[in-house]
Amino acid sequence: MSGRFVRLAEQGRATVSLTVDGVPIEALKGDTLMVALLTQGNALRQSEFDSGRRAGFCLMGACQDCWVWTRSGERLRACSNEVREGLDIVTTQPEAKWPLHG
Amino acid sequence: MATARIVIVGAGPAGIRCAETLVKAGFKPILIDENRRDGGQIYRRQPEGFTRDYSTLYGSEAAKARDLHDSFDRLRERIDYRPDTLVWNLIPKQLCCVSQGKHSTVDYDALILCTGATDRLMPIEGWQLAGTYSLGGAQIALKSQAVSIGHRVVFMGSGPLLYLVASQYLKAGANVAAVLDTSPLSKRIVALPKMLARPGVLLTGMKLLAQLYQAKIPVHLGIKPEQVLGDAASGVNGVRVRTAKGETLTVDCDAVALGYHLRPETQLADLAGCRMRFDEASGQWWLAVDEEGRTSVSGVYAAGDGAKIRGADAAEHAGRLVAMALLEDQQKPLDAGLRDEQRKALAVMDQFRLGLAQAFPWPAEQARALPDTAIVCRCEMISAGELRRTVSEKGACEVNRAKAFSRVGMGRCQGRYCSQAGAEVIAAAAGVSVQQVGRQRGQAPVKPLSMLTEEVSP
Repeated sequence: MSGRFVRLAEQGRATVSLTVDGVPIEALKGDTLMVALLTQGNALRQSEFDSGRRAGFCLMGACQDCWVWTRSGERLRACSNEVREGLDIVTTQPEAKWPLHG
Repeated sequence: MATARIVIVGAGPAGIRCAETLVKAGFKPILIDENRRDGGQIYRRQPEGFTRDYSTLYGSEAAKARDLHDSFDRLRERIDYRPDTLVWNLIPKQLCCVSQGKHSTVDYDALILCTGATDRLMPIEGWQLAGTYSLGGAQIALKSQAVSIGHRVVFMGSGPLLYLVASQYLKAGANVAAVLDTSPLSKRIVALPKMLARPGVLLTGMKLLAQLYQAKIPVHLGIKPEQVLGDAASGVNGVRVRTAKGETLTVDCDAVALGYHLRPETQLADLAGCRMRFDEASGQWWLAVDEEGRTSVSGVYAAGDGAKIRGADAAEHAGRLVAMALLEDQQKPLDAGLRDEQRKALAVMDQFRLGLAQAFPWPAEQARALPDTAIVCRCEMISAGELRRTVSEKGACEVNRAKAFSRVGMGRCQGRYCSQAGAEVIAAAAGVSVQQVGRQRGQAPVKPLSMLTEEVSP
């Protein structure tokens, strides 16, 4: 699957380069991290409680389903943080995992 | 007491109209907002550099959105505006805030909570799959980022937002696979007299529906949601529902927008010790406020959907009214004529909201029918069966006790998207009313804080 989200308008913006899990990607200025990642992939992170992939839920900073991390370990809500040139994002939780459901 | 420190939390329609009224009376309130830009969720402003016009962005509400944004722009230099700031806790007369990783405190003499609402969710088997979004979230994707949440989107749930967002997607060129409403037509007919309190809004709603029919979008009323289909790795690939006629209907899609109207954000009011009350019409706990927005705690006020869910228009009126309540309590002069106007407008909206609650009811019975395997808490993958066992095996017939045993309500979202449905599951398992099982208490921090948060000395 290519992207989960589909751009419908506002596509004339300048591009911004960032890295996601070591792979360089291009996004548009003003994109949230969520839009940058989900126009090119189908999920944001791995659930820590089951085998499911997660792609956010509320987009208004209430559900916390869309956490991603900077390589230095800072946690970001992908729905409410915009892309910045040179950002280095990882989509796997740097902390230990505790699988409850296998 | 012109120096009273007045703090408003939330820069949506209620918060902005409240600030405006206070500025006119000679105050300079602090306006704290978690978002980076004003407007709240409903009149959320697109990022700088985006070029869609008001009509494209806000449709029938364009004039209201522009008016609110213009009002805010005029106010901006006359208030102490603090965007991108989360109020994560409060103690008497002091708010605990965090902004860009830095903690600070803000003292107040009077606090006005305009904290708004989020989508109200009822779980369905498979709703944890990637590609299921809240209805409001689907709208934000379009409004704020000009994207669709999927290549083929199903809109499911109930309430006016269902038709609004589906028609906005249609207009923006997205592929709308179906609109699946749990409310049957009969409920809408019964509710008509109350909804006629606002004929213009009713007409707008009917126009949206007409647009969907005209575009030949399948619209099904009175459905029973059964399952979001898909797999853990790739996410959603369809939904299955039972139609009003009892037939099974499967719709292929890669995204589902799900929601049943709204629930209020009351955590800060709860931490302040404000009394709550059970609203029979919507079947949920609301903040107890008087007609003008005073809570049970002196000096703490509330307006907008965080106090009473009546929508954005009502929030503007309630924002002005709550400011006047504060002025009255501070023995300041106020415009009695303006106050009467707000009261009259709100009386009409109270009537209308009762109609909406009747036309698009919260589907409490779905929680009862939820299979044991269905996930209630999508944060931590806790099933309806596990929650029911806390009732049957541990006798936890109260929401907070059941939360302690099951962790439903303890995950990342802190119960925002599971605790109401969880309460219905507990009530059904215990054989009591949902009011009797209580409500989940607010806890600080009201949203997760980073361990990297730094203290800033005042």
